[in-house]
Amino acid sequence: MSRFSVHIHGWLLLLPAAVLLVAFTHFPAAATLYHSFFSTPKPGRSAVYVGLDNYRAMFDDPVFWQSLANNVWFALGTIPASIGLALLMAVLVNRKLAGRGFLRLAYFTPTILPMIAVANIWLFFYTPQYGLLEQLTGLLGLPSHNWLGSRDTALACVIVVTIWKEAGFFMIFYLAALQGIAPSLAEAAAIEGASRWYFFRRVTWPLLAPTTLFVLVNAVINSFRLVDHIIVMTRGGPDNVTSLLLFYIYEVGFKFWDLAYAAALTMVLLAILAALAIGQFVFLERRVHYQ
Amino acid sequence: MAAIALERVAKHWGATRAVDDVSFDVRAGTFTVLLGPSGCGKSTTLRLIAGLEAVSAGRVRIGGVDVTEAPPSKRSIAMVFQSYALFPHLSVAENILFGLKVRKVPAPERERRLKRVAELLGLDKLLARKPAQLSGGQQQRVALGRAIIAEHPVCLMDEPLSNLDAQLRHDMRREIRALQQQLGITMVYVTHDQTEAMSMADQVVLLREGRVEQDAAPAALYARPATAFAARFIGTPPMNLVRLADGARGAVIRGTDSPVVAPGAGEGLLLGVRPEAVLIDPAGVPAAVAAVEYLGADSIVACTVGEAPFIVRAPGKLELGAGARIGLAWPREAQHFFRAADGRRVDSTAAAAIAA
Ligand SMILES: Nc1ncnc2c1ncn2[C@@H]1O[C@H](COP(=O)(O)OP(=O)(O)OP(=O)(O)O)[C@@H](O)[C@H]1O
Ligand SMILES: [Mg+2]
Repeated sequence: MSRFSVHIHGWLLLLPAAVLLVAFTHFPAAATLYHSFFSTPKPGRSAVYVGLDNYRAMFDDPVFWQSLANNVWFALGTIPASIGLALLMAVLVNRKLAGRGFLRLAYFTPTILPMIAVANIWLFFYTPQYGLLEQLTGLLGLPSHNWLGSRDTALACVIVVTIWKEAGFFMIFYLAALQGIAPSLAEAAAIEGASRWYFFRRVTWPLLAPTTLFVLVNAVINSFRLVDHIIVMTRGGPDNVTSLLLFYIYEVGFKFWDLAYAAALTMVLLAILAALAIGQFVFLERRVHYQ
Repeated sequence: MAAIALERVAKHWGATRAVDDVSFDVRAGTFTVLLGPSGCGKSTTLRLIAGLEAVSAGRVRIGGVDVTEAPPSKRSIAMVFQSYALFPHLSVAENILFGLKVRKVPAPERERRLKRVAELLGLDKLLARKPAQLSGGQQQRVALGRAIIAEHPVCLMDEPLSNLDAQLRHDMRREIRALQQQLGITMVYVTHDQTEAMSMADQVVLLREGRVEQDAAPAALYARPATAFAARFIGTPPMNLVRLADGARGAVIRGTDSPVVAPGAGEGLLLGVRPEAVLIDPAGVPAAVAAVEYLGADSIVACTVGEAPFIVRAPGKLELGAGARIGLAWPREAQHFFRAADGRRVDSTAAAAIAA
């Protein structure tokens, strides 16, 4: 085959996937960018070019800033905890123990459940008076507390739900990576007298670095992407303390029907995600050992 | 005193008897090879010595101390794995120093030992590399380095050369043997390659289906195999084993009526003769040539004696076509006899007759 036809061949193979990506990802993103420079069309008043007005309005919008801040706290609360928990569970179920298959399945179950279902389960846990949490604290003689209805605890509550949901998913990646590490490495270390913890620190953790990077990128993206449970559990309340960026975009776009402003907010979210993903790959890539 | 002693050691996994009542001693400073076909329990035996598996029965002693219950790190052993088990993310130097760092050996001492080991193994220029940047032979050396830097008296190796090509294997064989003698290490070495065993060992423990078939020096194993299995396992091509029958004046090879190979009855016995002990002699046992394979220094002649196949190794090039009729002879002392029923060696047909 000539060089030319090799290229044609390659592009043809890529075409179906590329068409889907362009139609449902790249074109909508570009269209959103375009619309963010226009006003929202209203009956009898079509969209007009407004330049950076939507972005300027965002700068003065306290709810936007609060959602962004909430989201940062949400990310900080969910990412390290879910990754740590995932690693712990993976190490646990990678050992030889009775009922290992059952335990693996149990840890993975939250991942199979739709987020809406998860949110409903936890809604019951958090319900004032007769929820599971209330009953437990009641047994201990603690005063009643409205977990989701209080400004102090609402964000923490949705963070816990997210960790519960995500850890099982990340565990699968760690489990696969752990099984890729030759058992003879642990045996060689055992002969040298290395403790379990020493082996984990010096060998397992460095060898898991590519997995950690992958999981980290996913966790970061998810922390800006998961809002189903917010819609079910708190609707951003009370007083916007659980309003995350994507939830705010949803509200602006489909409740207040301010499509242009929602487009501008979306562009900001996209920019944040792109910057984070690129940043992680560029900076962490150098410190990761690939086998 | 024995550096390592196994007393009636067994390892069972359910119905699998991987190691079954194995006993042998290894003298300090010697090179012992665990030899046997695939699946006979060599690796398992080694791992029992290392403490990587727990015994089902029996005792393991190292340096006179009962270590049956001791963890691997308390047995003063080093081990080289078949896959080398190098840490892929650590440099050669860090790989070699891994154990010393675990045991918190002071840095100057570490440096001194690393320098010595690197020089000994010719790794000086590779210390900063990662294992993936090394050739198979170099990785093998790093694994060796990690084993000898510990300066433990006992070193265990599980088929350390099986991933290397023939030439390198040959070189490494001599290197490992030289190193073992130079440092006075007690070595237990697993292989399924009998050439490796014969060329390196002071003592060979031949295993079969989890049991010791024979425990002897290489020369004794070759000269006086204790069983028909040992006889076939050592030597290339393997020893000829043919069934004997009762002849008019003594034992004869089944399917022939002369000459008599030994006095007494032949029924129920096997005669073993090494291909290199056989001479072509028209007065000998009649044989038909099936094929001749010319190897340069000698030729391998595949024949049929009676109804059994029989291999002859003759020097030089032979001009024999298939179907040619020849005679085969061998010295009396080159004959080995085994009981057909259990493969045990018997010292003469007469002795067998008395025992029977
Ligand atoms: N973890 C295990 N569980 C169950 N059976 C095992 C286990 N390890 C080994 N065996 C069995 O024990 C027997 C001996 O295995 P071992 O690995 O010692 O053989 P080997 O002599 O080293 O063979 P090879 O030359 O192929 O490496 C085999 O039948 C094997 O299937
Ligand atoms: Mg083996």
